[in-house]
Amino acid sequence: MSEEIEKKIYRGRIKVPYKHTAGAYVERFITEIGKNNKIMGVKCPKCGKVYVPPKMICFTCFEKMEEWVEVGKQGTVKGFTVVTHSTPVMPLEPPYAYGIITLDGADTDFVHLINESDPKKLKIGMRVEAVFKEKPRKRILDIEYFKAI
Amino acid sequence: MDKVAIVGVAQTKYEEDKIDQPYSELVFEVVKKLHNNLGITNDDIGCVITSSNDFNDGRTIANMAIQDAVGSVRKAESRVSGDGAFAYVYGAMRILSEEYDTVMVVSHCKCSEVSQYLVNNTIFDPYYQRHLGLDQISSAGLMANMYMNKYGVSEEQAAKVVVKNRKNALNNPHAHLQKEISVEDVLNSKMLAYPLKELDFPPFSDGAVAMLLTSEKSAKKFTDTPVWLKGYASCTDAYYLGHRNMTDLIGLELAAKGAYEMAGISDPVGELDVAEVYDAFSTHELMSYEALGFCGKGEGGKFMDSGATQMNGSIPVNPSGGVLSSNPTMANGLIRVAEIVLQLMGKAGKRQIPNAKLGLANGMNGICSQGNCVLIFGGE
Ligand SMILES: [Zn+2]
Repeated sequence: MSEEIEKKIYRGRIKVPYKHTAGAYVERFITEIGKNNKIMGVKCPKCGKVYVPPKMICFTCFEKMEEWVEVGKQGTVKGFTVVTHSTPVMPLEPPYAYGIITLDGADTDFVHLINESDPKKLKIGMRVEAVFKEKPRKRILDIEYFKAI
Repeated sequence: MDKVAIVGVAQTKYEEDKIDQPYSELVFEVVKKLHNNLGITNDDIGCVITSSNDFNDGRTIANMAIQDAVGSVRKAESRVSGDGAFAYVYGAMRILSEEYDTVMVVSHCKCSEVSQYLVNNTIFDPYYQRHLGLDQISSAGLMANMYMNKYGVSEEQAAKVVVKNRKNALNNPHAHLQKEISVEDVLNSKMLAYPLKELDFPPFSDGAVAMLLTSEKSAKKFTDTPVWLKGYASCTDAYYLGHRNMTDLIGLELAAKGAYEMAGISDPVGELDVAEVYDAFSTHELMSYEALGFCGKGEGGKFMDSGATQMNGSIPVNPSGGVLSSNPTMANGLIRVAEIVLQLMGKAGKRQIPNAKLGLANGMNGICSQGNCVLIFGGE
């Protein structure tokens, strides 16, 4: 940047670390992925819908969900995109894909990465499977990504 | 319901990087312009509502950064941390409370000061979505892919939205991007988030917008052509992308239904003369046509092909050039309102829709139409 422009700028940065409270739902979901390579959802006692990722309240019924169910590690792609722009918070080197995936046994969709850089190789309706990280870090990225099967 | 009037609006030119002006000066520019246009002083303003975003402004309680610029020291001031159209709603409520006779609503954004991708990533929850690196580009790609696949909408139909809005922007002196482009330009631009390309997305802009609201009894003191609030409703959809219907803008649809009901509108295309919608990306405008009831579900592409939303069509959409031409993010909803005001006042210059009497503006918070508000305005 030219000196002339730099003169007009006052640089700053906000650094604020958080310890977000996980809560029972996030804690169990992330722990099961990391420890047992299991993907868990919760079932609404009223409408029977299985939510993945799990959360406390079914927004249709306004009921607390407490019944845990394991869903499949495999699922069907409902939507995808391949990104080519680059930002400092991206988990993979672009281009890579995001998918909206209905895991087997779930009634909602799960948003995650797909390790594919070519949109021509992706298709709505295709089957994918979770690849788990060898050394979990208590992150949604303990599922490293989904791969085509 | 002629109870809340808008009597004047002021805007900056929207630009890529207003490096000589901090955002407080952008706000001062539009507030002074509004005062001068209406021949008023700060003493004539009963209360102030502002809208911006802390992450964009780089500080919390960021309204204090513009306190002098909006003239709110020792005055009632409140702020909406969100889209400017919601700030308009708050301002209208202040008038409806009968506590204030005049309310100034202001919104600003300097996208150039911070990476909009990083700010956008913080919209997502820290547990399930943020570490995936999601932002407005990737989520738009997901939505576009699902929408186009479900309804067979083509990339050409999406590109036509951009071509239309960019062409309209040529007639708006405030617009940021003022260069005519072709469908081929859009289709040949770099793939950014399949199936969306670089030109399917808006630029990032700097700018500010201000307007004065008054009660029914005071409106004519300020202008012969007040613009009246006729209908309003808002609706939020589910937050997590996978817990939402990504092929239809359900939240916007429900907001529109409520606003039409309040305004007594049963045939939006027949009754509305002009609409300003929040076109966050090309296919988003097509989806908005459907949610606003301008056409049936899945017919957004065909509706674009029909020419109905062009300047000479049955329901011109985004005569200002829309978000696809100017995108100071937090101000976008209030800019939609400002354009409808200019249209209904007959002050829209070269982009004036002849004899416009009834208009729609919509605002949006969050990702892919998660939070929506729809406003109907009537002219004299
Ligand atoms: Zn339920």
